[in-house]
Amino acid sequence: MQVEKFSYDNNIVRMFGNATILWGSIGMLVGLLVAFQFIFPSLNFGIEYTSFGRVRPLHTNAVIFAFVGNGIFAGVYYSLQRLLKTRMYSDLLSKINFWGWQLIIVSAVITLPMGFTTSKEYAELEWPIDIAIAVIWVVFGWNLFATIIKRRERHLYVAIWFYIATFVTVAVLHIVNSFELPISFMKSYSWYAGVQDALVQWWYGHNAVAFFLTTPYLGLMYYFVPKAANRPVFSYRLSIIHFWALIFLYIWAGPHHLLYTALPDWAQSLGVVFSIMLIAPSWGGMINGLLTLRGAWDKVRDSAVLKFMVVAITAYGMATFEGPMLSLKNVSAIAHYTDWIVAHVHVGALGWNGFLTFGMLYFLWPRLFNTKLYSMKLANFHFWIGTLGILFYAIPLYWAGFTQSQMWNDFTNEGFLKYPNFLETVTNIIPMYTYRAVGGLLYYIGVLVMIFNLVKTAKTGTFTANEEAEAAPLKVLPPKYRDEHWHRWFERKPTMLLIGSLVVILIGGIVEMVPTFLVKSNVPTISSVKPYTPLELHGRDVYISEGCNNCHSQMIRPFRSETERYGEYSKAGEFVYDHPFLWGSKRTGPDLAREGSIKLRKPNSWHFKHLYDPRSVSPGSIMPAYPWLLFKDYDTTTTAAKIEAMITLGVPYDEDYPQKANEDVVAQANEIVADMKEVLEEDGFEVSPDKEIVALIAYLQRLGVDIEKGTMSSNDTNK
Amino acid sequence: MSVLILLILASLVVAVGFLVAFIWSVKSGQYEDDYTPSVRMLFDDKKSNQSKSEESTK
Repeated sequence: MQVEKFSYDNNIVRMFGNATILWGSIGMLVGLLVAFQFIFPSLNFGIEYTSFGRVRPLHTNAVIFAFVGNGIFAGVYYSLQRLLKTRMYSDLLSKINFWGWQLIIVSAVITLPMGFTTSKEYAELEWPIDIAIAVIWVVFGWNLFATIIKRRERHLYVAIWFYIATFVTVAVLHIVNSFELPISFMKSYSWYAGVQDALVQWWYGHNAVAFFLTTPYLGLMYYFVPKAANRPVFSYRLSIIHFWALIFLYIWAGPHHLLYTALPDWAQSLGVVFSIMLIAPSWGGMINGLLTLRGAWDKVRDSAVLKFMVVAITAYGMATFEGPMLSLKNVSAIAHYTDWIVAHVHVGALGWNGFLTFGMLYFLWPRLFNTKLYSMKLANFHFWIGTLGILFYAIPLYWAGFTQSQMWNDFTNEGFLKYPNFLETVTNIIPMYTYRAVGGLLYYIGVLVMIFNLVKTAKTGTFTANEEAEAAPLKVLPPKYRDEHWHRWFERKPTMLLIGSLVVILIGGIVEMVPTFLVKSNVPTISSVKPYTPLELHGRDVYISEGCNNCHSQMIRPFRSETERYGEYSKAGEFVYDHPFLWGSKRTGPDLAREGSIKLRKPNSWHFKHLYDPRSVSPGSIMPAYPWLLFKDYDTTTTAAKIEAMITLGVPYDEDYPQKANEDVVAQANEIVADMKEVLEEDGFEVSPDKEIVALIAYLQRLGVDIEKGTMSSNDTNK
Repeated sequence: MSVLILLILASLVVAVGFLVAFIWSVKSGQYEDDYTPSVRMLFDDKKSNQSKSEESTK
């Protein structure tokens, strides 16, 4: 057989590797800033671009899509070529993939601090960037599949299956979740409303974790761990089962993010069931990864790469045990909206994604630069300070989450809330926030040490852009595989037959359920719930733009502790005009779903002062101040476009209302200003009706109002 | 909740796609050998391994 000579493209691996390092250090630095803002709320330095609500999405997007994203590409481009014994299909596509992805990241770094956001978690980027992501992702997929087609190795190693699943699923998720109606160059409204929007978002959000942070990294684990240990994976058969079981289960688990919300109960339960089942493949994979080191644990002592990978796999195991546990309704009842969830994701992010990336980089750099790692000592130092950082990060936040949750739920013997003032439950856990920030700092120091180490390594070695290789071309398959009926194969392998039939049953069962979903009455409409006024709509957009939903939920769960604190629990019908939904997922501050209700309503002037300087009315608060809202005008030229977009999305405004809407804007703004003017002028404030703060107050005062009218009128009819 | 139909359809498309891929992989003999691939991936075609790989392809 003729052996063919070719070369591997190492240049693209180095480019993506450098990008991972660069964006990782930036994304984590932003994370550090965010962590310290919990302790020092003035750390946005008084400017809007660095306030928490805008910077937190920047942090999450940077570490997920820039740090991990580039890490995925680096690892895939390195391992794919070697596993398939071929160069990437096209160097040009590789380059477009690289520069396109960096351009997307840069546009995120610019637009998110400017307040251009869709408000949907991990999908905050606005519609033009969404389109760019789709295009670049397709370029990646094209390159991936074309490389697979021209491979010299018939068998697709399990890692490649994980890469394929990543590409396919992320493409579908991204497209479905990004259905939005643009009203201007950088503003759009989600096509879905309320509960439905929430379900789509968390179907996406959960699967983003599954198919962006998990499956590609499992592929990397199955390549780099055996390579680093120079041992075959513990059980290749288990890895195949791991893959197929994981991808068939993962995609149905999303609703566990919405337990006890207004999402229909059966959808919640379905999500829980699939989440629990996920333990099996996840732990199968974790055990497979760890047992790869059987008989070779002594290597861990000498190899920084393996140290990082072992902790990464362990963190994966912890996070994938904790995930299903958190999906249980009674555990979710405690943990949801608290810092427990933040701790949970960071065990995954810092441990699994971070450490596997570091291990991979320490593996790649000496190989790319034909040299030894500059300093093993520094790599070991990075490992220990990083591990310590994870512990210092996670443990205090578990503590904080549990404490705060218990304080929210605590009643006195007389049956009153023990901590009726939400602020008490915040100030109590601030020491924990301090430890967390220290943990983050330790982790970050480790990253800086790694950068120094890798730069030095690169300098001592010489880089080979094209690594020579040779392999025999693919042989034509023997007729056995071409002619035989595929089911014969199944029949000869009882285990596979069992698994195959289980899969079919699973899908069959779901198809059967579809007709019941067709019943439309799942979102009951409430007659007293009316569309927002145009001023409130402007205010809602200010709320979105400032990222208020990062710290304030708008979803009251049906627990006594919550109805006592916030009022009647939230109903699906209250959100039918919410494009997008703003339920939030974290309560750093109190829930705002009923902020305008009789029970919770505060004077307009209180909101004004509170937004201008939260600590002036609520000492000890850690909310950032929003002084710029007093000076920025809301854009009345877009009023008509906004109302028209809402009409297109099915919100019942009159057809000729878009043209008249600005009259109502002026009237409502003047009314609010007139109401608070006197009080505010006493304190030396100047108030003008065309400022963003007025629109935001209008929106806040509307929250939870409609449903009260409903109860009043139904009481009337009862009489 | 009509969006459920969309989500379930999208999820099903993905799932069915994977099912087809699974059937293909089985049919084309991808899993006929469930040990060698795990060892094969350890060998790189660097200079040190070249003599070995030539042996095996004779």
